Amino acid sequence: MIDVLEGGFFTTVQDRGRSGYRHVGVPPGGVMDVWAYRLANALVGNAGDEAVLEATMVGPTLRFHVETVIAVCGGDFPCMLNGRPLPLWKPAIVRPGDVLKIGVCRAGWRAYIAVTGGIAVPPVMGSRSTYVPARLGGLSGRPLQPGDVLPVGSGRRNDAVGRLRWGLAQAASRYIAGKRKTVRAIPGPEYGEFTPESRRQFFAACYEVTARSDRIGYRLAGPALALEREREMVSEAVVFGTVQVPSSGQPIVLMADSQTTGGYPRIAQVAAADLPVLAQARPGDHIQFALIAREEAVRLYSEQQRWLGRWIAAIRCQWRREQ
Amino acid sequence: MTMEYTLVPLCEYAVTIRFADRIDERVNDVVHEVAARLEGARKEGIIEMVPAFSSLTVYYDPFVVGSAADVCAWLREHLKSSEPVVRPPARTVVIPVCYGGELGPDLAEVARFHGMTEDEVVALHAGGRYRVYMIGFSPGFAYLGGLSPRLATPRRRVPRTMVPAGSVGIAGAQTGVYPLATPGGWQLIGRTPVKLFDPHGEKPSLLSAGDIVQFRPIGREEFARWERER
Repeated sequence: MIDVLEGGFFTTVQDRGRSGYRHVGVPPGGVMDVWAYRLANALVGNAGDEAVLEATMVGPTLRFHVETVIAVCGGDFPCMLNGRPLPLWKPAIVRPGDVLKIGVCRAGWRAYIAVTGGIAVPPVMGSRSTYVPARLGGLSGRPLQPGDVLPVGSGRRNDAVGRLRWGLAQAASRYIAGKRKTVRAIPGPEYGEFTPESRRQFFAACYEVTARSDRIGYRLAGPALALEREREMVSEAVVFGTVQVPSSGQPIVLMADSQTTGGYPRIAQVAAADLPVLAQARPGDHIQFALIAREEAVRLYSEQQRWLGRWIAAIRCQWRREQ
Repeated sequence: MTMEYTLVPLCEYAVTIRFADRIDERVNDVVHEVAARLEGARKEGIIEMVPAFSSLTVYYDPFVVGSAADVCAWLREHLKSSEPVVRPPARTVVIPVCYGGELGPDLAEVARFHGMTEDEVVALHAGGRYRVYMIGFSPGFAYLGGLSPRLATPRRRVPRTMVPAGSVGIAGAQTGVYPLATPGGWQLIGRTPVKLFDPHGEKPSLLSAGDIVQFRPIGREEFARWERER
């Protein structure tokens, strides 16, 4: 069990998301930054799909009632365990009564707090992910509040754990740094309908992430984009990473909790491999979109999966050495 | 089955089959026929299919199915097949609605807008047969076609900050039911006591794309009874 002493700014229970319900209007949701999520789970010895806490901007304060292993991955949040600094991207043992306090994010935007066995709230429609717009999953479908109690799963116990003097190399978190981020994208289905100037601008200019950005979508500000000829669109499927342009001309990137269908022209689709970069962008950061070919996006995606697989294999190897 | 279509790759793991770019019953029939056909042809790694007004989007696992080209080849093969489609007849779902009063606060306004009585609006609305073109916008929300043009009413100028779940509304030429309490600008003419979306139910959404919806007027007492029994 874990007591929530402070909820932080917006902390929710998330896992890989719910699959197979788009046709009833429920998006997969799940973690925004799958890279940090999967590494955090691996660091605590989890198999892979366990639920974690996703913190945004300001982290929560938690009191543990179990002896277990935790890991915090993602943005550069100051973490204190019983008042002593706790490094990110490495496993750590916590004991009953220990208090983990996660402060205000210095770089990046989201942190993932994993615990051995995972956060064991009951799954809803096949997932523990919190989907706030429909108030489902997680803890009553809402962000954490002081007084909440989180159940912890009974995963494999990390017996005979030494001092865990290891963690991930900096290379694992390099994608987080910087106020100006390059995000690769492929042309969206309506790309060809935008004016040549808009098509050029979108990939040449920088777009600022505005304060009206959340798990549903990032509203960007920059040069306005226009269609060659205005037309009424018929709603069609959209996904995490779809860049829509409403009539204001200011693009919106749809994120993990976006609607399943949309009726705005889609100028681009962010490469799946770069979604973690976007997930770690904060209001005020600038996004430079870089045009790539579809085949390139697919190649980057599988390359990223391979890298993730290598990191996870290396972590498993370390765990075997511990025991 | 002959029809024109284009395959529009959406991202690394989804492709949209677009049959047309308009809202049309015939086109929507084709969408559901193709969905049924592909459903029957199940292929490992195909995760799900989402019908929309005039397109069908297929989601797949690229690490199981292979490249977008492989998926497109598979789709083309099944789209040209002339085998008859076994598509179950459309299901009719009757939704009880208590019209007017505090449950349908805009009924009077809609009636005034069209120069009708409230009863005439109710009779016209409840007399229609509505096709579920697609589910989207929010969990369990059905885009219904078939509203009488005589009932088309502009949205409210100032949207409500909270519309209760079950509210039945009109917005332009559309009608629909809010499955969840959300902000919204539709003209609310009534409310149903039936749950349109239940995440804990075996079938989370009462309606599916392709269904036919009919509204049955009920009184306050019957509404209250439904609510109690729920």
